[in-house]
Amino acid sequence: MLNPLSFLALIGGAALAACRQVGALTLFAAEALSHLLRPPFYPRMFARAFVEIAYFSLPVVALTAVFTGMVLALQSYSGFSRFGAESAIANVVVLSITRELGPVLAGLMVAGRIGAAFAAEIGTMRVTDQIDALTTLSTNPMKYLVAPRLAAGTLAMPLLVVVADILGVMGGWLIGTTQLGFSSASYLTNTINFVQFEDVFSGLVKAAVFGFVITLMGCWSGYTSRGGAQGVGAATTMAVVSSSILILALDYVVTAMFFG
Amino acid sequence: MHTTNPKIRLRGLTKRFGDKLVLDGVDLDVQPGQGMVILGGSGSGKSVTIKCILGLIQPDAGTIEIDGRNVLAMGRRDREALLDRTGMLFQNAALFDSLPVWENVCFKLLAQKRITRAQARDKAAEVLAQVGLAASVGDLSPNELSGGMQKRVGLARAIAAEPDIIFFDEPTTGLDPIMGAVIDGLIVDVVERLGATAVSITHDMASARRIGTKAAMIHKGRIVWTGAASALGETGNPLVDQFARGEREGPIQMELRK
Repeated sequence: MLNPLSFLALIGGAALAACRQVGALTLFAAEALSHLLRPPFYPRMFARAFVEIAYFSLPVVALTAVFTGMVLALQSYSGFSRFGAESAIANVVVLSITRELGPVLAGLMVAGRIGAAFAAEIGTMRVTDQIDALTTLSTNPMKYLVAPRLAAGTLAMPLLVVVADILGVMGGWLIGTTQLGFSSASYLTNTINFVQFEDVFSGLVKAAVFGFVITLMGCWSGYTSRGGAQGVGAATTMAVVSSSILILALDYVVTAMFFG
Repeated sequence: MHTTNPKIRLRGLTKRFGDKLVLDGVDLDVQPGQGMVILGGSGSGKSVTIKCILGLIQPDAGTIEIDGRNVLAMGRRDREALLDRTGMLFQNAALFDSLPVWENVCFKLLAQKRITRAQARDKAAEVLAQVGLAASVGDLSPNELSGGMQKRVGLARAIAAEPDIIFFDEPTTGLDPIMGAVIDGLIVDVVERLGATAVSITHDMASARRIGTKAAMIHKGRIVWTGAASALGETGNPLVDQFARGEREGPIQMELRK
């Protein structure tokens, strides 16, 4: 017969394990941030991570943004035409892209690319003793591997989202002017007149937060991976899944801060 | 009998992973300039001992003294200063595959800004020559090297900053006997040239006799014998002699599940 106490113990054990993980992750993030303020700094590692995130993620983010803008324009038109509000399409597109879809979709794309790549690279370094080797070579692995990536992720994501915002709006403009009968000038005038600084700024703040979370989860998953190839594979999955969930959860938090 | 203070002194070193007691009060002295080889079967605690000395693993109890100073009581800066004086050759070389060989070799010197990147190429060529590799190897990526070449590059990286203590973790594992002998010869040469203290862990008896002046046997987390490396196999200690001769019958019983 199942002992009800053992069931409670199971739940309690899981809760304690979750608390331990959150605590360890918080300490990991705090240590990494402290290394950003203390020399030595590794500008080469920062530049490498920045190029990896900002430049090599550009195609996937750009394509996602353009098609999202195009779909948004089409969907808005088909919905808004039911009550004669077609003229609001440019406004809906720019608002949705800058506030929400630009940062969130760029974040999810970068989580898939960069979160996985960082977890795999650092995880492989962990299981092949390269992280221990760094320590024996008088180099702090947190300072060398984690801190530059966190800084690069936090700074690169807003730049990617600026590009995503512009291309998303242009995707809507393309559909609006070629299929929905808007004039180019009126579409762009509507867009520019409607969008406010806060719309773009809130999206960029989200981008910075998402960039930090993606790189943090990638580095954390890789750094704590164990057990050879299987461990690295699990770390990669963990990095993508956890950063994707955190992006959606933090999206709500930042939105509530700005517009709640 | 040695009258000098030991370079490395371990007393009562204890480490447990979960329920498994890996180190059970390890006591060991390594004299300056000595080539100490730590022998023992798989899972006997050899690697954990070295990792404790290097600060990669925190022991549960005991003391580690280097040059008379308790390493475990040192602050971060002193610990880093200590690591500046040590070198380590990992079992699988642990080369950084994102960097070319020359940057691997001079990693510590570059990290400490002791040389510029331009000087590092020349320095790498010089150190690679000491381990029998051509300067052109410096431009290759670690994944373009054979196992033996990776070990040599790992050795070059370990000695580039001219440390006074060098650790070797299974230096000949995975190499053919000739390449193993070549690596051992290089280890003996560089340790002699630098006048360094060397601590190696291995279960390769031929390698132990070649690179060690003194040997210690670790069994079930304790040092059970120390003596001259040349005496291995004829020590009179049944544990060591069984291990050195690779005999199936004897006091060491493999734990096999049936």
